[in-house]
Amino acid sequence: MAYVSVKGGEKAIENAHQWLAEERRGDPTVEEVAVAQIREQLSLAVDRVMAEGSCYDRDLAALAVKQAGGDLPEAIFLVRAYRTTLPRFGGSEPVDTERMNVRRRISAAFKDIPGGQVLGPTFDYTHRLLDFRLAADGAAPPEPAPLANEPQAWPMPTIGSVFAHEDLLEHDVRSGDDAPFDLTREPMSFPAGRDQRLQALARGDEGFLLSLAYSSQRGWGSTHPLCGEIRLGEVAVEFIPEELGFPIEIGEVTLTECQMLSGFAGSAQKAPQFTRGYGLAFGHSERKAMSMAIVDRALRRGEVGEDVDAPVQDEEFVLYHSDNVEASGFVQHLKLPHYVDFQADLQLVRRLRREHFERLNPSKEAAE
Amino acid sequence: MSTAATRPNEAERYYNYAYLDEQTKRMIRRAILKALAIPGYQAPFGSREMPVPYGWGTGGIQLTAAIIGPDDVYKCIDQGADDTTNAVSIRKFFARVADVATTEDTAEATIIQTRHRIPEQPLKAGQVLVFQVPQPEPLRGLEARETETRAMHAYEEYGLQYVSLYENISAFGRIAATAGYPVMVEERYLMSPSPIPKFDNPKMDDNEAILLFGAGREKRIYAIPPHTRVRSLDFEDYPFEVQTWEENCALCGAEDSYLDEVVLDDAGNRMFVCSDSHHCGQRRAEGHVGPMAGHQLANPVAEDGQ
Amino acid sequence: MTLGIDLSRIHPGFPDPVRGSQTVFRAIMDAVARPGLAVALNKAPEAPAPLARATGAIALTLLDFETPVWLDAGVLAGEAQAWLRFHCGCPLTSETQDAAFAFITRPEDGPPLSAFNAGDAKYPDRSTTVVIQLPHLEGGRPVRLKGPGIKGERTIAPQGLPGDFWEQVADNNSAFQFGVDVILASGDLLMGLPRSLQIQTEGA
Repeated sequence: MAYVSVKGGEKAIENAHQWLAEERRGDPTVEEVAVAQIREQLSLAVDRVMAEGSCYDRDLAALAVKQAGGDLPEAIFLVRAYRTTLPRFGGSEPVDTERMNVRRRISAAFKDIPGGQVLGPTFDYTHRLLDFRLAADGAAPPEPAPLANEPQAWPMPTIGSVFAHEDLLEHDVRSGDDAPFDLTREPMSFPAGRDQRLQALARGDEGFLLSLAYSSQRGWGSTHPLCGEIRLGEVAVEFIPEELGFPIEIGEVTLTECQMLSGFAGSAQKAPQFTRGYGLAFGHSERKAMSMAIVDRALRRGEVGEDVDAPVQDEEFVLYHSDNVEASGFVQHLKLPHYVDFQADLQLVRRLRREHFERLNPSKEAAE
Repeated sequence: MSTAATRPNEAERYYNYAYLDEQTKRMIRRAILKALAIPGYQAPFGSREMPVPYGWGTGGIQLTAAIIGPDDVYKCIDQGADDTTNAVSIRKFFARVADVATTEDTAEATIIQTRHRIPEQPLKAGQVLVFQVPQPEPLRGLEARETETRAMHAYEEYGLQYVSLYENISAFGRIAATAGYPVMVEERYLMSPSPIPKFDNPKMDDNEAILLFGAGREKRIYAIPPHTRVRSLDFEDYPFEVQTWEENCALCGAEDSYLDEVVLDDAGNRMFVCSDSHHCGQRRAEGHVGPMAGHQLANPVAEDGQ
Repeated sequence: MTLGIDLSRIHPGFPDPVRGSQTVFRAIMDAVARPGLAVALNKAPEAPAPLARATGAIALTLLDFETPVWLDAGVLAGEAQAWLRFHCGCPLTSETQDAAFAFITRPEDGPPLSAFNAGDAKYPDRSTTVVIQLPHLEGGRPVRLKGPGIKGERTIAPQGLPGDFWEQVADNNSAFQFGVDVILASGDLLMGLPRSLQIQTEGA
C-alpha cells in the first residue's frame, strides 16, 4: 500500500484542538459540569492541582481540572503556566501550624497527646465498597456530621511540645534570616539546602514521592519512620506590606502537615535522639504529606551520617526527577518528530550491519 | 514601573509583549551575555514554565522571547522543515504574542529558532540562530550526576569523553555517534550541539551568526559568538567525518544537503529528500530538478494557506 | 514605596520600557558577541549626570532587584544614583566582590578589574560585568583584539583608560574561564570586551 504524505499545518492543529474540545465535553445531552461543582465535589483533585501547581486558588485549580478533562498532571501544568505570569508582591510570613484550626489531627506515637486525637474527615476507616446510592441522581445531601461537645484545642500543640522537656526530639532549626531558596526563580543547585529540597518535594509528583517513600519503607534507604503527627486544617496567611511595616492577615489556606519521627543512634558528639522528616501540602493531601516527610528524612542522611545507597537518599536523583511538569513534558516530547536523528541512526546501523556481514562472510562479499 | 506598551494585537493584552514578564526577560538576557562571554559554558538560568511542555522547545522559546522585537523576522524549523507541526505551533505563538513577521526564507529571517538542524544556507552577520536543547550536558550519557559533570567542565577533565569515543572505535571500528556529536569550543569547553546530525557540526565553526542554545527543562543557556572555533572531537587516525548519501535529493537533486528518508510503500521503496524544506523549495524554484521532481511531496497541498 | 527619593527630580527612563529595553539589549548582545565593535544605540533616553546615554541604557536594560550594583564615586555623587534605584530597583553594594554589575565613570580613579568578582570554577558566569564610561571609543592607544566574535583580528583605540588598563585586561583574560566582562560606553555607543579575548597592545 502506498502512503500519502500530508503537510501538517495550522489547520491540522486547529482541527485537533476542536476535536479535543468535543471529547472533553463528552455527550452533549449530559449536563455540563460546572467549575463550582468540581471545586466543591472533586475537592481532593483540586487540592492536588493546587499543591503540585504551586498556586493556592481553588477556582483556578477547578477550572484547570475541567479544562484538562480530569487529567491531573495536565491540570497542574495549566496552573503552573498561569502562575508563572503572575506579578510577585513579596513573600508571606511563615505560617504557624500550631495556630491551625484543626479538622483532623492524629498521632501514631502516643495513645493520647495534648489536644487529643481528632479523627476528622478521612477515608481511613471507610470500607471500600462502591456506594451505588451515589450513582442515583438527585440524592439528598448527606446529613451534617454531629458537632463535638467541646471545641477543638487552639492553639493545637505540635508533637514537638510532647518531647520538649526531655530533648528527645531534635529541634526545628531556622536556617537564618535569608530569604528561602525559590525554585520558581532559580535553577536547582547542589548540594541542596533543606529549603530548596522541601520546596521541590512540595511541588513534586505525588505518585513519584509515594513510590520513593514506599521503597524506603521496604528497605531501600530505610528510616524506620513513625507518624508522629498528621494534621489538617486552616491557617492564617500574613503579609507585611512595605508601607505598613507590620503583618496583616491576607487570607487563610488549608494545609496538611506531617511530622515523621525516625530514630537516630547518635554519634561521638551527639546523644541519641529522634529526628524528623517534614511534609506539608496545600489542601487535604495526606498521602502526599506523609510521602514527602519520609523522603525529606531519607534525604537528610548526610546530616545524620548515614550512607547513601538507595535512590530515595540521593538528592540529585530525587529532586531532578520529582517534578511531573518536567517529567511529563520530556517523556512525551518523544512524540515530536525525530526524523533527522533517526535518519542518522539508520544510516549508521545499516553501515554497521553491512560491515558485520562482510566480516562474517568475506567470500560471499567477493562473490557479490 | 509601567510596562504598558501600545501594541496592535489587543487580543493578547492579558500577557506581556512576547509572553514573558520584563523581569524574566532581564534574567534571561543577563544569562545570554554571560554565555556569550564564556563560549560553550552552560549558564544556569531561572527557567520558567511556558505554555508549551518542557521538551517541546521551552528553552528556545524563552531565548526567543527574551530577544525578539516587532522589527524582527522570525523563522521556526523542526527537523529542518518549516511545516512540521511543532514548528508551525511555535511560529504561530510568536506571531501572536510578539506581533512579529514570520518567514520560511532563511536569508530573510533575523531570528531562526530550530530543533535538530542548522539550515543548509550559510547564515550571515545579524542573524541569531536559537537552538532548542533537550539535554545540554554533553557528558550526561557518561555521568548522570550534575555535580560530577559540572566539576569536569570546571577543571577541564574530559578524559571520560575521549575514553568513550575510543571504546566506540574498538566496538564498531568507528565513532558511532550520529547526532548530538560533542564539540570542543575554543579548545576549552566541551559542548553538546543539541541533537543536530553531525552533518551540521562543521557549520558551527567560524559561523557568521550568533548561536544561542536554550534548555528550558534543564535550565541552562549556552552560546557561540560569531567566528568562534568549534571542533568536533576525533582522533588523528579516526578523523571526524559527516554523513553522506549515495542518493541525491529526489525533488531538487541536491548532492550536498542532509536528506530525510521517506518510505513510499511496504515493499522497501523509498525516496530521499532534503530535510531543509526551504532550501529544497528554493533550489526547485531556481530550476534544479531531481529524479522524482513530480512527486506530490514537492507540491503538498498547503492546508493552512501558508 | 518608601525609597527616600524625591520623585519630582527623577529623570524619566525608557518612554516605552518593553520596546526600549528590547532594542538596547539587542545592541548589547551584538556588542558582547562582536567584541571591539562600536555598536550604536538609537533608542537610549537621556540619562542623568554623570551617565552617558549608553551607560544609562545598559543599566535600565539589565539591572533589577536581583543584581547588586557597585557604583564609583562619580555616579554616587550625581543624580544618577537615585535614578538607578528608582528605575531599576537595584540594591547598591560597596563590596566590589558582591557586585553583579559595576559602573565606572572615572576610570583613572576606579579600582582595578581584579577587585571585582571573577566567578568560580563551576560557575564562572557569577562574575561582575564592569561598565566603564569613556569620553571617546577612538583616538586612544591602539590595541589589537583576537578571539571569539572576531574574524581574524580587530584594532580598537578607546580613549580615557588608565595607563595599565590593557595589562589588567590581559591578566583578567588569561585566567579564562574566570574573569570579569567589560563593556565600554561612550555617548550612545557601546563596545563589549568579554573575558574570552586575547589582547595585544601595539608595539608590545
